[in-house]
Amino acid sequence: MPLLALQRVHVHYGLIEALKGVSLTVEQGEIVTLLGANGAGKTSTLRAISGLVRPSAGRILLHDIDLTHRKPHEIVQFGVGHVPEGRRIFPRLSVEENLRLGAFTIRDRAELARRQEYVFTLFPRLAERRKQPGGTLSGGEQQMLAIGRALMMQPRILLLDEPSMGLAPVLVESIFEVLQRLNRDGTTILLVEQNARMALDIAHRGYVLETGQIVLSGSARDLANDPRVQAAYLGAA
Amino acid sequence: MIVHTVRRAVFIGLVTGIAAWHLSLVGLIPAFAQRRLVGDTVTFSYALLVTLLVLAAYATGRRYPGATQRIPWGMLSALSAGLMFFLLALVLTHLNLRQILLNATPELARVLTFGSGATIVGLVRVLLISLLSGLFTGALSALPYPWGRVIVSAALMTLLLGLLRDVLGPLLPRGVTSFLYGPAGLSLAGALVVFLLAAALFALRWSRRANGVTARAAAAVPSTFRQPVTRAVLLLILASVPFWAGLFLSNVADFVGFYILMGLGLNLVLGFAGLLDLGYVAFFAVGAYTMAVLTSPEVGQRFTLDFWVALPIAVVATVFAGLLVGLPVLRMRGDYLAIATLGFGEIVRLLVLSDWLKPYLGGAQGVTRIARPNIASWRIDSPQEFYFLILVSCLFAWFLSIRLRDSRLGRAWFAIREDEHVAQAMGINRVTAKLSAFAIGASFGGLSGALFASLVGSVVPASFSLLVSINVVALLVLGGMGSLPGVLVGALALVGIPELLREFQEYRLLLYGMVLIAMMLFRPAGLFPERIHRRELEEAVEEAREIAPAEIATGRG
Repeated sequence: MPLLALQRVHVHYGLIEALKGVSLTVEQGEIVTLLGANGAGKTSTLRAISGLVRPSAGRILLHDIDLTHRKPHEIVQFGVGHVPEGRRIFPRLSVEENLRLGAFTIRDRAELARRQEYVFTLFPRLAERRKQPGGTLSGGEQQMLAIGRALMMQPRILLLDEPSMGLAPVLVESIFEVLQRLNRDGTTILLVEQNARMALDIAHRGYVLETGQIVLSGSARDLANDPRVQAAYLGAA
Repeated sequence: MIVHTVRRAVFIGLVTGIAAWHLSLVGLIPAFAQRRLVGDTVTFSYALLVTLLVLAAYATGRRYPGATQRIPWGMLSALSAGLMFFLLALVLTHLNLRQILLNATPELARVLTFGSGATIVGLVRVLLISLLSGLFTGALSALPYPWGRVIVSAALMTLLLGLLRDVLGPLLPRGVTSFLYGPAGLSLAGALVVFLLAAALFALRWSRRANGVTARAAAAVPSTFRQPVTRAVLLLILASVPFWAGLFLSNVADFVGFYILMGLGLNLVLGFAGLLDLGYVAFFAVGAYTMAVLTSPEVGQRFTLDFWVALPIAVVATVFAGLLVGLPVLRMRGDYLAIATLGFGEIVRLLVLSDWLKPYLGGAQGVTRIARPNIASWRIDSPQEFYFLILVSCLFAWFLSIRLRDSRLGRAWFAIREDEHVAQAMGINRVTAKLSAFAIGASFGGLSGALFASLVGSVVPASFSLLVSINVVALLVLGGMGSLPGVLVGALALVGIPELLREFQEYRLLLYGMVLIAMMLFRPAGLFPERIHRRELEEAVEEAREIAPAEIATGRG
């Protein structure tokens, strides 16, 4: 049984249909990437999984739990960590407070401290700035904070929405290294990316979304070699 | 270049002049003509006019580096403003505008010309005062830091003491009062002494701060000792207010207390959770009316309860009112939430005013004969005695606010304030967090209302107008959203000071507008911004910790 399964999920915003029956699966321990142009429905897919929008049809399963009509705060507790597009950290709260909020449902202080230390070992830069308001961090640090905040819940699956957006190539590289390390440590990742080359580099499998539908899927290597993908997303001649 | 500079200076002067016209014609300036601050000559009106001249000169001069430029351009600006004063005086003397502008009296013309009227003598006097104001401003701003600031602060302090003559006079020892104060305002000698003392104090404070003396002195005393002692002293001062303050001041203190309670309540909703509630008066009204209906023999089933039985019921009733308001507006944010809650405030006011509910709530006449509390055989009756009750309530609300701020619920509120979507994705239940903000916040307002009803002894719908909500929001903005000391400062500034200065009452909204605009421009985070303050303290502690082991290490080496 896959860890995460979407079965013919539809999402509507008013009259506009953003997802037209998306089905996909993520197995335990995989990195799966979702490719597609702007407006293809990548963000909507993630928002549907974490309950921020309600699917109008279809089912979303986390292992054997039906997430379809759960509230966002319940879905988090089942183990879905969401790193939203544009980072969206709490700008006026300190790094530490941001992280603490990430594990809002954990009441055990020792456990909180332990998880925070884990995040700080992944991102030593955050430890240096633990008292600083999140809004004063650089873009890369904010992305680290957003990822760290989602990791505080020790999610079974991590949903990442465009982690490379607006970052310098060096930073993108280091973020992706951390993602690979997390994956080796056992975290399953569903990655939405515009930077298809980087995404296919670290992913095991991938799906290609076009106007709300999956048009192509396969192993990362197959996708990277697929002429249609190369033409549309890898910019190869 | 020079043409440009002249044009700018004159322009600022003219704008200041127009501001003076406005303040004069709405009646603010003539209203204060009888209020003497220092001696027989310096009235509040004159102080305001001179302040305008000084502001014009300052605004013009501050762009230039040295006194040689600041003084002439500042003088030119003040001169243009002074000419505007005289122009209005001239118009007022020769044209009768009273049909349209109620305050356009010959008396105003005398005030605008500093007592001379629109004659050549008056013109000379206005221009002279303008030039002197410009000269002084330029000279002051050219003084090395912090002397200009010290002198301005001391001058303002002197004027404030003059303004508060009727309040402070009876409190001070008789000898001091008769020396400091004349028949109205400060005596000349008193003003001089006050000014010098204030200047010395400000200068001392500045030099101590510059040398880091306060910080070092504070560090010498361990904070575990210092904090409780400061708190105990503060508490003692607060608790002693009714013994020295007299009836009038105690009454003012009580009203400040009601607003502190409401401010703390709205602070949970607006400051912590970021939900703009413009109908907060509804909770004040629910608390007051619950107290009234339950304890007054006049309305309803003609049963009466004891104050102490009715008080918790009133608080619980407002909690339900909070939930009632909170439920339908859960999905609303920002402007929409503000409009919806505004409506709720009005609904409550209209309900208590209605003929339909008159048998139960008294309609426009309201409810009288509301119970006063007894503690054993002590009947709490006067504003002085009520003060203690209000003080205890405020302390309780304060304590609760601190505990909530540092709790999980408080963190959930902060997260919702910052980003509601992400807060949800962090596992925060939006519904319970928002509803608890509304309910707990409302309960403080209900407590305030219940005490208010009991102190005043009657409730009428007119006491629960929109202005109360606006006051509470304004005091939060003034003090700093989310800041607890800010609530205190805001309530003192927006409720306490206007109560003390009765002439202000009529111009309250005008002054609110000016104060809020000034706040947005110069202190957008409020007078007592909470988070920055807290951060600084934390960092100071952290640094102390980091220094300590280093010192130990070097000591060993």
